[in-house]
Amino acid sequence: MQNNETIVNIVRFISLVLAQVLVLNHINLWGYINPYLYPLFILVYPLTGNKSLLIFLAFILGLTIDMFSDSGGVHAAASVFIAWARPVALKYSFGVSYQLNTLKISTAPLSQQLIYITAMVLLHNIVLFSMEIFNVNQILLILKSTLFSGIFSVILMVFTVMLFSRKSS
Amino acid sequence: MQQIIFFFIRNKNFLLFLLLFAVSTALTINSHSYHKSKFVTSANFLSGGVYSVKSGITDYFDLETQNEILTKENERLRAIIANMEVEETSTTLLDTNYNFISAKVINNSYGRSKNHLTLNKGENDSLKVDMGVISSQGVVGIINAVSNNYASVQSVLNTNSSVVAKFKKSDHFGYLDWDTQQANVVQLTEIPRLAPVAIGDTIVTHGRSTIFPEGVLIGTVSNFERNPDEDYYAIDVTLFTDMTSVKHVYVISHRDAGEIKQLEKEVEDAE
Repeated sequence: MQNNETIVNIVRFISLVLAQVLVLNHINLWGYINPYLYPLFILVYPLTGNKSLLIFLAFILGLTIDMFSDSGGVHAAASVFIAWARPVALKYSFGVSYQLNTLKISTAPLSQQLIYITAMVLLHNIVLFSMEIFNVNQILLILKSTLFSGIFSVILMVFTVMLFSRKSS
Repeated sequence: MQQIIFFFIRNKNFLLFLLLFAVSTALTINSHSYHKSKFVTSANFLSGGVYSVKSGITDYFDLETQNEILTKENERLRAIIANMEVEETSTTLLDTNYNFISAKVINNSYGRSKNHLTLNKGENDSLKVDMGVISSQGVVGIINAVSNNYASVQSVLNTNSSVVAKFKKSDHFGYLDWDTQQANVVQLTEIPRLAPVAIGDTIVTHGRSTIFPEGVLIGTVSNFERNPDEDYYAIDVTLFTDMTSVKHVYVISHRDAGEIKQLEKEVEDAE
């Protein structure tokens, strides 16, 4: 069972990275908007899993994306940040009971899912764009990119979660 | 002592987060300084390999447009050769210090504030850091990292890049910056108020550095303004190169670049 989980995580890691760097990074909607799907790895990481391991994996994930897009360490920073902030977001959106083994993100009510995904995506994007643009004078550009890119990332993630969730019938 | 150990164990997640966050911030700041962005680039075998497989598939989609661009260039070069034969001289005037190496773009970005391209040639094809990259239409960028088989190019559409440019009609020069607004418009700064500026003026590279030979096309002036109390113009330049579809590029190597750079470095060190 443990083994199975590891394989699922590895496959998820590789396929999310490839989807991000080969497809999503080239969408450039209206010139500058790219949705970011890869944080989904951090979002759906087992809720009871090792937190230190998640932070470390998030770093590797971000760094891989950075390597492909020549962006220094901006994705790594954003990923590490949301991996660390995940327990807070989980508690905020699903209540304290998330630590019990019964909760699954894909079977939770849609409103809770939306709150969780939106909160994580916005946190991720604001760190990402602040680091990438790195200029207080461009704060408007940072917020604009965060908002637009965030909307598309949330929509994409909700659909991906729906698509890959197994029906519990 | 025990207290300290307990503190570490209790806060291990936070400390790990702080450590990794600091590492990524350091990498980010490093990448902002142009000469140091060498640790994590797309010019390594893994990302370079993935990108060349991708471009092996997607290259077929725009063969027609790329062919057209290359035919246009041939046309232009043939016109130049034909005119030269008429004049019968001027061959000696050609600057033979520069070598051109053709390469293919296997990855391209233009939607971010710091854009890079990845080329399918690297150190094995004698590409080096600090070489200029042009397309058949104009300037593309400058190489900022190479591996054995791949090179990463800092595009002119990068807030860190700053190419020396001048007017074709006069010798007033300035620097090309990018304000991230449009993928085909860059800003020319530090042109003094004395310079005559008009919409439609052609901007070319300045031969001051060893990166680009003098007179490589960049773009045309599309808009300019100067506040009465400022000494410099703010000029918008529309690029000749369509950065969103650049595929075939030439890397320019200067024969004596190493020697010149070493000399300049020695002078700098002596100061």
